Amino acid sequence: MSEHSQHGSHGTMGRLMVGFALAAILTIIPFALVMGEVEMERTTLIGIIMGLGAVQIIVHLVYFLHVSGDSEEGWTLGSTLLALIILGIVLAGSLWVMHNMNENMMPQHDMDKMMNLQSQQG
Amino acid sequence: MSPLDATRTPASGAGHAVTDHDHGGHHASPTPIGFWIYLMSDCIIFGALFATYAVLGYGYAGGPGPKDLFEPGFVAVETALLLFSSITFGLAMLQADKGKRDGTLMWLAVTGVLGLGFIAMEVYEFRHLVHIGAGPDRSAFLSAFFALVGTHGLHVTAGTIWLVTLMVQIGMHGLIGANMRRLGTLSMFWHFLDLIWIGVFSFVYLVRLV
Repeated sequence: MSEHSQHGSHGTMGRLMVGFALAAILTIIPFALVMGEVEMERTTLIGIIMGLGAVQIIVHLVYFLHVSGDSEEGWTLGSTLLALIILGIVLAGSLWVMHNMNENMMPQHDMDKMMNLQSQQG
Repeated sequence: MSPLDATRTPASGAGHAVTDHDHGGHHASPTPIGFWIYLMSDCIIFGALFATYAVLGYGYAGGPGPKDLFEPGFVAVETALLLFSSITFGLAMLQADKGKRDGTLMWLAVTGVLGLGFIAMEVYEFRHLVHIGAGPDRSAFLSAFFALVGTHGLHVTAGTIWLVTLMVQIGMHGLIGANMRRLGTLSMFWHFLDLIWIGVFSFVYLVRLV
């Protein structure tokens, strides 16, 4: 059952299990951090959760969706990268524009009050 | 197979059953890459909904916030259901590659049950939230939450209907070329939904509980 004769598009048992193990570890860590109420800087914790999420997305792309430079002569990877660029523009652009708008629409002392309220709640 | 299917596989007849999927071959079906491009556009829809949640996620309008509403243990079970269903779908694909019809159907059935479990949990969560007055009309935060998580849930529902339909097709006609192609695309769809869920449990639930 070599990769070649089993045509790599659907992978092998070994790949599936490696992907499963990685995905499980990358899922369990953030849940454990939140549910175990680990003492850590808030921003550090958020960074860790988002970072592990990003790594797990890559694991899923590689091990489950079999995205690689070779599939469909590079078109799969190409379209994926295009989607990522658009996603980056949409996400970063929305946050940037809306943050700017919030800053400019609200008097500074109201903004401070709101930020304080938010940090207490969330 | 119906005449419709015959016209949709011009390059490879039903006899091609398994090799039909070979990428890079001269007669490779254009379906996988086309479906992948659909998935990428779907990804951008989800990206817009994630951006909406990021922007509106702090507008509570005096209503309940994430810490009042989200239960990490509940989300962990949902996550486990989806991850296991991804694995069982992978096992179904491996059985199909070996030409084992019964094994394929068995793993697809397990996948379907796990998917249904996920949908049931999400419906329960939504009903509970609406019941305690935290429905989508309560605040911008909850509107964005219901839009994003609900869209994902609808996708899983559609995937489950597709899965059941495909199981009937495989039961009737076996692992013919057309069914192998459908299995391949549904496999992409299913793994893609699990991938989106990584963003949901990280960004929508866990980060807001820190």
